[in-house]
Amino acid sequence: MWASIRAELFKQAKRPASWLLLAVAGVLMLVFAYVVPYAGYAGGTSGPPNSDRGLAALLPDQVVGSAIGGMPVFAGALALVFGVLVAGSEYTWVTWKTVLAQGPSRATVYAAKTATVAAGVLVLVLTLLATATAASAVVASAEDQQMTWPSASELLLGAGGGWLVAMMWASLGVALAVLLRSVALPIGLGLVWLLAVQNLLAAIAAPLLDWVAEAQKGLPGPNAGSLVASLGASPETPGVGELVSSGQAALVLAGYLVAFTALGYVLFNRRDVL
Amino acid sequence: MNQPVETSALSKRYGHILAVDDLNLTVHPGEVYGFLGPNGAGKTTTLRMLLGLVRPTSGRVSLFGTEPGPGYLDRVGALVEGPAFYPYLSGRDNLRVLAGHAEVGRKRVDAVLDAVDLTERSRDRYATYSLGMKQRLGLAAALLKDPDLLILDEPTNGLDPAGMADMRRVIRNLAADGHTVLLSSHLLGEVEQICDRVGVISQGRMIADTSVTELGSGGTLRIAADPVDDAQACVTALLGADRVRTVGHALDIDVDASHAARINAELVHAGVSVTELRWHEPDLEQTFLELTGGHAHVG
Repeated sequence: MWASIRAELFKQAKRPASWLLLAVAGVLMLVFAYVVPYAGYAGGTSGPPNSDRGLAALLPDQVVGSAIGGMPVFAGALALVFGVLVAGSEYTWVTWKTVLAQGPSRATVYAAKTATVAAGVLVLVLTLLATATAASAVVASAEDQQMTWPSASELLLGAGGGWLVAMMWASLGVALAVLLRSVALPIGLGLVWLLAVQNLLAAIAAPLLDWVAEAQKGLPGPNAGSLVASLGASPETPGVGELVSSGQAALVLAGYLVAFTALGYVLFNRRDVL
Repeated sequence: MNQPVETSALSKRYGHILAVDDLNLTVHPGEVYGFLGPNGAGKTTTLRMLLGLVRPTSGRVSLFGTEPGPGYLDRVGALVEGPAFYPYLSGRDNLRVLAGHAEVGRKRVDAVLDAVDLTERSRDRYATYSLGMKQRLGLAAALLKDPDLLILDEPTNGLDPAGMADMRRVIRNLAADGHTVLLSSHLLGEVEQICDRVGVISQGRMIADTSVTELGSGGTLRIAADPVDDAQACVTALLGADRVRTVGHALDIDVDASHAARINAELVHAGVSVTELRWHEPDLEQTFLELTGGHAHVG
């Protein structure tokens, strides 16, 4: 098992696309959580969303919320793409047969894939936290503000919550990749759900229909938004808002994570490898 | 005794298509077994079932007496339907990944790269390899566990003549080292050169399971003689009518080559002038086409 996990980690660590996704996530977070708001603050103008958060949102004590605020939407989308790439590329390169012919059980290989996705998502969350920490330190120095950092428990909770949300999206990516045995279609459909359908439900359907407003409390996106909001993300960030309690959100997200992972495994285990 | 490969009444159905039909296959220790059949005959599906990649609809498979489950492929290396690797990794890194899944030490990576003459290009990306190099890397992956049984699905597919000769040489060397080899092919010459025994599959059914020698037995003795009628009468009296065919002004005789001198002497003794006495080697391809009902995609 450990040898298979090491092999999968090695495979992903050597893959340029993994690092590209990480870089894109870091740059997007930096731009939308720090550069744009700071430019808005410095220029004293109101601009695009988040440009009027004020200086307080950019200081070190808000690091956790800034780092994981993108998880319900853009960082979550990148995590989903990562999950699809980890599992779906084996179909496009026809490499499942190459791996399985070496003798590991399907359960071992799938567990190794899941562990790799979990590790990759952890690197994503820690990178976002580190980037946010550096950016807030720069802002605080530039504005001559006090450096009040979040406590260790706040950081841990933030990292855990961010990981749970990103891992849930990534496991959806894995499940879609196994279900559709490809890369392009799972990414396309996953992003349509994550970026379009969820927002349409929240912005258009929920205000009009009570049952949609109730039902979306059970959907992954709103629960992700609720969890990161409870951990300090600004409700002005797209997809972020406390619709349900943090405890319920964490449970629902964990449920989706388990369900997506189980779905992917059952399909992978039952189907012929062609 | 547990055979390296054993299937019994193995079948695989895809919808209304019966890809493999009631197949019984046994490969003995130390032999090179050729699994021969035209494209689409069910060879790859059978090999995938042997490797646990495809589940049989019915019947059973076992390798060294073990049915699919933990440890099933411990003594088996395989190359299935062309090499498939990660294009962004080097050949060496691809093998490192597979060595991890196979739970073998990294030293084996160097050993198998050396065995297939890929050490020099092993640090180049797989995407830059020629088809021959990719195929050799596939063989290297199959050798990682130093397996007792090698299952190779059309290992010379797409190779140029030199590459094919190289691959066959490597396979013969592996067999000489004591490996059991199950090799699928649609190339008769290849099977004839490499294999000890051959199973012929057509439309999912095993239609012959024999030695290559037996498959190719039944050559003919061609005799051109004058007068041909006298010659026919003489040979018919000697061997029986069912073994003599008239082909134009010549006779084709189903007889062992060692009888040629005696037949010649009898004809001369009977006053027949023999102008040609020639042994026709058995035509494997003809035999194969007859067995498989004349499928055209056979080389």
